[in-house]
Amino acid sequence: MVKPPVLEIAGLEKRFGDTVVLKNINLKVREGELVFVIGPSGSGKSTMLRCCNRLEEPTSGAILVEDAKITDIARRDLDKMRMKVGMVFQGFHLYPHMSVLRNVMLAQIKALKRPKDEAETRARDMLERVGLSEKADAMPSDLSGGQQQRVAIARALALDPKVMLFDEPTSALDPELVGSVLKVMKDLRREGMTMLVVSHEMAFAREAADRVIFMDGGLVVEHGSPEQIFGDPQTDRLKAFLSRVSQGAE
Amino acid sequence: MQDFIELFFNLDIMAQTLPLLLKGFWVTLQLCAVVIGLGLAGGLALAVAALSPSRWLRWSAIGFIDFFRALPPLVLLVFVFSGLPFAGLELSPFMAVVVAFLLNNSAYYAEVFRAGLRSVPGGQAEAARATGLSPTQTLASVVLPQAVRNVLPDLLSNTVEVVKLTSLASVVSLSELLYAANMARSVTYNSSPLVLAALIYLALLWPLVRLISRYQRGLAAH
Repeated sequence: MVKPPVLEIAGLEKRFGDTVVLKNINLKVREGELVFVIGPSGSGKSTMLRCCNRLEEPTSGAILVEDAKITDIARRDLDKMRMKVGMVFQGFHLYPHMSVLRNVMLAQIKALKRPKDEAETRARDMLERVGLSEKADAMPSDLSGGQQQRVAIARALALDPKVMLFDEPTSALDPELVGSVLKVMKDLRREGMTMLVVSHEMAFAREAADRVIFMDGGLVVEHGSPEQIFGDPQTDRLKAFLSRVSQGAE
Repeated sequence: MQDFIELFFNLDIMAQTLPLLLKGFWVTLQLCAVVIGLGLAGGLALAVAALSPSRWLRWSAIGFIDFFRALPPLVLLVFVFSGLPFAGLELSPFMAVVVAFLLNNSAYYAEVFRAGLRSVPGGQAEAARATGLSPTQTLASVVLPQAVRNVLPDLLSNTVEVVKLTSLASVVSLSELLYAANMARSVTYNSSPLVLAALIYLALLWPLVRLISRYQRGLAAH
């Protein structure tokens, strides 16, 4: 049985002035799926992701999260929608003036209006899930990059999102710290979280992705299973990209 | 030398005029509480407006800030107190000072807040908004605390300036510390009350100035 899409992007277009950044993007991410987006920098991957919770306003097209058309929501009603779409950034963006625990509690209390003790319990559960229960009282600056990113994942998970967006979650990390973040993402996948991931971790894509999207110049150039994309690329653009990546140029 | 001490450091006269000066000091403190509070609030509002995506709001705020930073506060105060009555708006000395200082202080605090808000990386607000925090919640819980921490020495310096500037209120006969001291001087034909007033200002502000220096050195050491 085919599961319904949790996230659907239909005819998405984005322009900055005269520059077209995204052209007619169509994509469905079904429940429990991990969809991977690859492509050279400047191909529009991150912009597409940021349109999914309207950190970036789409120029035209529709984005649906569980049948709710988020592109139709008035700006002032965006906050509720955003809790359903968890987002993890390349630069972590933990709040440096708050403890790890407070970082994970803040939006639960302010946006979700959860009672404080409930938010704390939830925050501790999420920190345990990313393997950082013992760091609850630490400040972000005391953590390694990998630990900070795992806290950022916990912060998003605490709001019970329907889908998680990852914007190059490991690109800012030292190589030896990448594994700990990927492991958390693998765990999430096993637990059935729906995920859309922009990343350069090709080995991870091969291993964990259900589908891979290759974007270039604001277009989806190819999409398919990891075996198809990595084993049997159809277009010259994808072939060139993959060979550049394997040489470590991207 | 004896004359010098007699004229400027006459302890008898200081003791005699101290109650009057303390009364004035109390008015100065009340004035400070009001104008600093209003200045901070107005400054924050202006700073947020000056960084707003709305061009109209941004330019109005920047125009306001520039205008009142360029206008000498004494000119502003005399205008509010002595100029506005011609338009039928008569304010008490205290209210005149409050209004003039609100306009002047907000502009100065706004510049400090603006620098502070801009020093916080954009990703912070973005991360907060992505978790469903409203713009106001994002400002109050995430951006402002970091902004204030980044410009705390400047905020304190500006506050020291404001406290010193409250002595301008003597011009509109508000019986704050300087006014009281000058009254005492003219009654006693002796400058010691003025010296005493200066010492009171010093006692109030010196710890703050020291704190700012230490804080700035601390920042430099990082």
